[in-house]
Amino acid sequence: MRLRNPRDFWAGVLFAVIGFAFAIIVKVAEYPMGTASRMGAGYFPYVLAMILGVLGLIIVAKALITDGAPVAKFAWRPIFWILSAVVIFGLTVKMLGLALVIIVLVLVAAFGGHEFKLKEQLIAGVVLSIGAVSVFVYGLSLPFPIWPAFLN
Amino acid sequence: MDALIANLGLGFSVALQPEALMYCLIGCLLGTLIGVLPGIGPVATIAMLLPATFALKPEFSLIMLAGIYYGAQYGGSTTAILVNIPGESSSVVTAIDGYQMARKGRAGAALGVAALGSFFAGCVATVLLAVAAPPLAEIAFKFGPAEYFSLMTLGLIAAVVLAHGSVIKAIAMIILGLLLGLIGTDVNSGMARFNFDLPELIDGIGFVVVAMGVFGFAEIIKNLEQGEEREIFVNKVGSLLPTFQDIKDAFPAVLRGTALGSLLGILPGGGAVLASFSAYTLEKKIAKDPSQFGKGDIRGVAAPESANNAAAQTSFIPLLTLGIPPNPVMALMVGAMIIQGIQPGPQVMTEKPQLFWGMIVSMWLGNLMLIILNLPLIGIWIKLLTVPYRLLYPAILVFCCIGVYSLSNSPFDVVLTAMFGFVGYLFLKLECEPAPLLLGFILGPMMEENLRRAMLLSRGDATVFVTRPLSASLLAVAALLLIIIALPAIRKKREEAFVEE
Repeated sequence: MRLRNPRDFWAGVLFAVIGFAFAIIVKVAEYPMGTASRMGAGYFPYVLAMILGVLGLIIVAKALITDGAPVAKFAWRPIFWILSAVVIFGLTVKMLGLALVIIVLVLVAAFGGHEFKLKEQLIAGVVLSIGAVSVFVYGLSLPFPIWPAFLN
Repeated sequence: MDALIANLGLGFSVALQPEALMYCLIGCLLGTLIGVLPGIGPVATIAMLLPATFALKPEFSLIMLAGIYYGAQYGGSTTAILVNIPGESSSVVTAIDGYQMARKGRAGAALGVAALGSFFAGCVATVLLAVAAPPLAEIAFKFGPAEYFSLMTLGLIAAVVLAHGSVIKAIAMIILGLLLGLIGTDVNSGMARFNFDLPELIDGIGFVVVAMGVFGFAEIIKNLEQGEEREIFVNKVGSLLPTFQDIKDAFPAVLRGTALGSLLGILPGGGAVLASFSAYTLEKKIAKDPSQFGKGDIRGVAAPESANNAAAQTSFIPLLTLGIPPNPVMALMVGAMIIQGIQPGPQVMTEKPQLFWGMIVSMWLGNLMLIILNLPLIGIWIKLLTVPYRLLYPAILVFCCIGVYSLSNSPFDVVLTAMFGFVGYLFLKLECEPAPLLLGFILGPMMEENLRRAMLLSRGDATVFVTRPLSASLLAVAALLLIIIALPAIRKKREEAFVEE
């Protein structure tokens, strides 16, 4: 069977899965429900999660009987490179120091763009690195290491 | 009246300090900058700068952050008019007629009207803020937990009504936001909830993490997939001064835009984006000759630009009087206040008058600075528009990463932000609007807290929400909104209205 309204269908599935998953966690982890006058840690989240799950099912049901747009294609290249660049920054900034990690971030992120010009991106990285170190570390004294840990 | 003058005097004494003026200028400059540059908005910028404000005095930090928000409303129109893409989402509708004016060689007049209209709206909104905030704060002191809960419900419902597209999807996004907001330790019992045994989640997910992921990173990915095609209209800007006929046409539109914008700014779930959009629709509805809209009608520039600036400023009213942020930008202001050890709410005005009034007066001074920044110095901003996106986005990324990381010096937060970047992109693809999610995320813990307290006070009697008059009327308005939007005729109109965007 072809989906008539894939975009809403998948949105509904997503909401239903998340909603019921939260509800199951409340039950499995045994968050206390309490009573209406003394609500426990599980009360409000459980009610919300059930509402979300049911709303998800309603959206799914509606999507099966109405026509709608398909889910637009995902641009995997920028997703992968941009988010990788961010993760690399987070995991290595302590080790590499701010000056170097910014250059790495810029170069990795550049793969997500339309054209990769090594020289241009290198210059951009160096300029940004100098700028960020002087503004954030020297100017605003944020506690970043500047140089790689192995140099110290 | 005397009290007002005395208060404003206090405000001037704060806002005219050289340092305050400097931070106001920095805020306005940054605001204009990110307003002009497409692909980065006030949410990401303020989130980025939050850690940096830690070292500032509270009034200076808030003066600067406020400047970014309303400054962005000025800058956004420049890009909309000259390049036909909105520099800011609140300038989407300005592009329609503004760009057509530019094509007719009247870019200067459009820019001039946008800036002057914004200035006028900014002045009115500042006065409104000064006059309306104290009595509202008085009412807020009468609020109990039941009223707060009902008010937040109204805010969330309003956000649904005003969101684009499917109502039911917007409600689901809000509930999801509320749930995500509950992750972390339950304040009443000290129990860690939904933390998947990760110690990093015990304090919950930071608002900046969600905002930066959903608004910052997802936006960059979206821009990269769209490709780089810009037609910049800079060859002939023309005289910046509108003609007499322009003023005659534009002035009533500015007035209407200001009134509508001020109102929608106060409303929870509203804000600059919604204001500009509604103002444009209103102009088109009441014009005798609506055929001119879309072909370079000056009213199509004047009304939305006045409205977005007015709304940007009046949205501080619920924040400063009730402590409830009506939109994501204000939620970040809550963050900024908490960093400084200030609990937002009606007591800010009485306990920190220098902060409250200093901020209000600085908004007026900021508007004055902005008109100078945006009219005589327009050439600089135009130059900026020629910087290609492939050089811009790495810079945005760098600042975002530094901002997220320095919130708590935690690599975990950065990785989590990347995840929210993907989630935000996924929602974009599924046509689920992220703004209601963010609003729910902020209000989640507050709502739970007030619900529990109200129920405890009433000994489990849920009718407390409808037997207390203030609470009942708030809920009645919320119910009314839901009924209105469910009516078929209105639903059709609403769908039409959002199609234009």
